[in-house]
Amino acid sequence: MAFILLPLIEMMTAPSFTMLRETIKDKDVVRSIWLSVYTAGLAALIAFVFGTPLAYVLARNDFRGKKLVESIIDLPIVIPHPVVGIAILSVAGKNHWIGELIGQLGIRIMGSVAGIVVVLTFVGMPFYINTVKSGFESISPRLEKVSRSLGASMFSTFFRITFPLAWRSMLVGIVMCAARAISEFGAVVIVAYHPMIAPVMIYERFEAYGLKYSQPVAVWLVFICLTLFLVLRILTLHDREKT
Amino acid sequence: MIRIRDLTIHLKEFNLLDINLDIGTNEFFILMGPTGAGKTVLLEAIAGLVPVKSGAIHIGEKNVTRLAPEKRGVSIVYQDYSLFPHLTVRENITYGLHFHRIDKSRSDETFDRLVEDLNLGYILNRLPLNLSGGELQRVAMARALMIDPKILLLDEPLSALDPGFREEIRAGLKKLHRGSNVTFLMVTHDFAEALSLSDRAAIMNNGTIVQTGTMEDIFKRPDSTFVADFVGMKNLFSAEFHGTKARTGTLEIELGVKPADGHGYIAIRPEDIVLSREALTSSMRNSFAGNLTEISDCGLYYEAGISVGNITFTSLITKGALFELQLSEGTRAFVSFKSTAIHTF
Repeated sequence: MAFILLPLIEMMTAPSFTMLRETIKDKDVVRSIWLSVYTAGLAALIAFVFGTPLAYVLARNDFRGKKLVESIIDLPIVIPHPVVGIAILSVAGKNHWIGELIGQLGIRIMGSVAGIVVVLTFVGMPFYINTVKSGFESISPRLEKVSRSLGASMFSTFFRITFPLAWRSMLVGIVMCAARAISEFGAVVIVAYHPMIAPVMIYERFEAYGLKYSQPVAVWLVFICLTLFLVLRILTLHDREKT
Repeated sequence: MIRIRDLTIHLKEFNLLDINLDIGTNEFFILMGPTGAGKTVLLEAIAGLVPVKSGAIHIGEKNVTRLAPEKRGVSIVYQDYSLFPHLTVRENITYGLHFHRIDKSRSDETFDRLVEDLNLGYILNRLPLNLSGGELQRVAMARALMIDPKILLLDEPLSALDPGFREEIRAGLKKLHRGSNVTFLMVTHDFAEALSLSDRAAIMNNGTIVQTGTMEDIFKRPDSTFVADFVGMKNLFSAEFHGTKARTGTLEIELGVKPADGHGYIAIRPEDIVLSREALTSSMRNSFAGNLTEISDCGLYYEAGISVGNITFTSLITKGALFELQLSEGTRAFVSFKSTAIHTF
């Protein structure tokens, strides 16, 4: 406990109040934190849109190669972060046909917001899918079967039964995904040093001006992360009370 | 009402193989069999909830083999009742109405009748979470019947209830069935339930139907060793038939009738075997002296094992009779049974 808390508390209390206020007035800081929050949010949104059907399929079906698919989904968790960045660049770069294709579409990955979102989605997706998958798994398939036998189509069954029972786990998944995304540094710094997200800015201030100047930004970022996790805890606690 | 031909299903854990079954309109049909026999899969196949590999299912005149479950008019009640946890009892019961064009006044009438018949008025606005097993079961029944199904499938609907309670619900089921023109198909493990409710029944084993008939028929005249064993025919012996006699081990048993010569089985229900200290001078054609080798307590009665020659008969005896006859393990005793109590196949 102390091992986790002590460094955090030390860092949180190190910068003075005025310094914190100064920092949040700094347009660059605000911009980078805002960028962090909304790219992470976008990543979570993408995970929600594409991850939900995948999570549902994985939770409901047994098929050959399912274990393999699950391992592939978990890959971004175990790959070192800079490697993720490099891997993404090697597909999205000019030397690859995919990179060329999206380049022609007018989307730039290297050093762009789009690039950041791609990276954050890549690292955050497994957290969303795994959370929502277990959410779906906890809903008895019999409820869906009964619903079908009572005349509901597959579509109606999802929206009347499955979704109302699973939305909480989706929300938790979104928070998990966003929390993971907002803390990403290694992969982002490779793909997009600029525009600067908060972790990159913290690193830059540390490199250029030292510990004292990076701390206030870090405090603000941690504050945001903690808020995210607090929401997560409240949601999961609430969930447990219900079941 | 239901006509199943050569139905074959392959799932990961269960398989159904060449199922053939005919169930009449408004019949109360019972499915029995050991765990894992595929009873639930067969119900789900009729409801359209599992993929069919080959064969056909007809409901009425219509081939429904590939029809989506929501278009079949088949309701299912699971053992765990599967009520929608986020909906109130009222919303659960009326769930199916969202998808059926049923006249409002008619559906209101059905709703009121079901609520009245199943005594659900006092819980309509509650969530399923805090309901008792019996209440959940009644809500599930009401929900299933609300949409006027042609067929109601019941998967061990009484097994999760207290024994005292089951009788009441069993009577309720009978009443529901009589008051409707719905075809009931129910899975159960309970013989008393099967005997009191069913018009006809089928016994399943390993994904196939091994015997179909009235429950009494199956009970008294099983046509395989599996069914004989399943319905509790504890005295099951392989035998050679000669004329009206059956030879099993060193014993010669008088059958009273003449089965086909050759090899077969004889089966006698344990409750049809009478135990005594002296040879009985009665109409019983078969009476053998033996040794009481085992007495085991089965709660309301005892089960006694009597070895005669190299075979062992099993007989049921009440506690009172056991005491009166002063029987204990090792005593010499006679087993007697009527030839009409013997079933051969």
